[in-house]
Amino acid sequence: MIWNERIECATRDEMRIIQSERLSETVKRIYHSVPYYRKKMQDAGLTPNDIEDIDDLRKLPFTTKIDLRDNYPFGLFTVPMSEIVRLHASSGTTGKPTVVGYTRKDIQMWAEVVTRSLCMAGVHRNDIVQIAYGYGLFTGGLGLHYGTENLGASVIPISGGNTTKQIQLMEDFGSSVLCCTPSYALNIAEVIKEMKVDISKLKLRVGIFGAEPWSEAMRKEIESKLKIKAIDIYGLSEIVGPGVSCECEEQCGMHINEDHFLPEVIDPETLEPVAPGEIGELVFSTITKEGLPLLRYRTRDLTRLHYEECACGRTLVRMEKCKGRSDDMLIIRGVNVFPSQIETVLLNMSEVEPHYLIIIDREGTLDTMSLMVEVQEQFFSDEIRKLQELRIKITKQLESVLGISVNVKLVEPKTIERTAGKAKRVIDNRSI
Amino acid sequence: MLIKQLSVFLENKSGRLTEVSKILGDCGINMLAFSVADTSEFGILRLIVSDPERACKVLHDNDFSVNLTEVVCMNCPNEPGALAKALQILSDNQITIAYLYAFSTGDSANVVLKPDQLEECIKVLQEHKMELIEASTLYKI
Repeated sequence: MIWNERIECATRDEMRIIQSERLSETVKRIYHSVPYYRKKMQDAGLTPNDIEDIDDLRKLPFTTKIDLRDNYPFGLFTVPMSEIVRLHASSGTTGKPTVVGYTRKDIQMWAEVVTRSLCMAGVHRNDIVQIAYGYGLFTGGLGLHYGTENLGASVIPISGGNTTKQIQLMEDFGSSVLCCTPSYALNIAEVIKEMKVDISKLKLRVGIFGAEPWSEAMRKEIESKLKIKAIDIYGLSEIVGPGVSCECEEQCGMHINEDHFLPEVIDPETLEPVAPGEIGELVFSTITKEGLPLLRYRTRDLTRLHYEECACGRTLVRMEKCKGRSDDMLIIRGVNVFPSQIETVLLNMSEVEPHYLIIIDREGTLDTMSLMVEVQEQFFSDEIRKLQELRIKITKQLESVLGISVNVKLVEPKTIERTAGKAKRVIDNRSI
Repeated sequence: MLIKQLSVFLENKSGRLTEVSKILGDCGINMLAFSVADTSEFGILRLIVSDPERACKVLHDNDFSVNLTEVVCMNCPNEPGALAKALQILSDNQITIAYLYAFSTGDSANVVLKPDQLEECIKVLQEHKMELIEASTLYKI
């Protein structure tokens, strides 16, 4: 089923008109309500009248995570806090998280785009949807939750973790749709096998997976192990959360809800648009959001766009699975981690020198992160107890900043390779 | 009365101990006693050597994390109950020990102690006529 046929199957010309109107309105609103944006536009010699249609988009300055950090927590909100009904947060590049605020209308819009996504995945109102994304500051759980309710399907808001219970409810409640990170889906598949649950007795038929990169090989593995169709959903909290785009049952790229999120692909070096169909960095302008509209927000995700009509009948532009990042962000068990966050923690600890190396592995189905920290002479002690206390201190501080557990390993000085140029801080052993 | 002990941080990987002993050997530094404290991931090698200052420097120059810690070395008669007697004195005086290790030369048994209160420990042991070994004597063993 197509949830909103008028939009999802609009002609390019119709879409262009909708986008242009919404863009120029958004620019006006931002210009008049956020001093920071107004100044940025004035510095670029722009007034709202310069932005009449989507071809004018290129004139606007970009927005990045740095802008959000500089205006932490609410500086870029365009409405008073009395209008904000929800806050979510994700990792920032340093100690401070990236905060996003939603008005009541934003929450409705978000539910609408998630509902469209669920329909793309082939979910309907008779389905029982097990939401095993984390609920909380992370947008995954609540994002899928509101969209599922809006569709009229039944939600099991189980959140992440407690895998045996997940499987028990799948059996008892007859869950037909599973929403979680792809690595957690594989983890669930393994535990199903360990528990000797007969997979043919489960009613599971669709999985909606996102929040971390995954390959076609991983898709095949999930589909064969869980006997389901595995659908890729994309989103980032700055733009709205999950539901920015989603695959349809054709599984040939994710349809962007472009009447709300206007996409561009740029060359991350020159910042100029790439030729149509070329790979570059995905940039979004939100053109309906009230709480925190963002213009030309650089996602750092690398992908390409396809504008041809899809076999499913939708005309919404499709983006390919992300090919990587134009920055050093890591996604571990669905959590965004920047090496700079780790560096900040280490620099704030007087005992440690910031010589470190992050090692990402996939043990079984779950990602693990280890951090090698050199034991420098100034904090080396002849007592084991003191070194272990140091190790625990680093572990705890990292855990509180990153929100995931890190296996800290103390290593000898000069173990970590020194390079003349940019230090190599990350070894990613995952094959994804 | 204070003895300089050399401590070296070692990761648990093969060949590290060999390397330390080789570096010291090549410099003509003799190892008189040592102990290894280990955890699942790393260990600390504690050594009494003939020339602690120089040993510290060469290991440092070879990119090891090293430090010098002051410890006490007590000479006990090599007979049953001797260590118990010495330790009883310390515990009676509320002196706690972070770690200790022993080595013997001929008839004498030597115990290297790292107490939490160094000065106090020396004072108490001397009051009870326990024999402490001088650094200059020890390094020549």
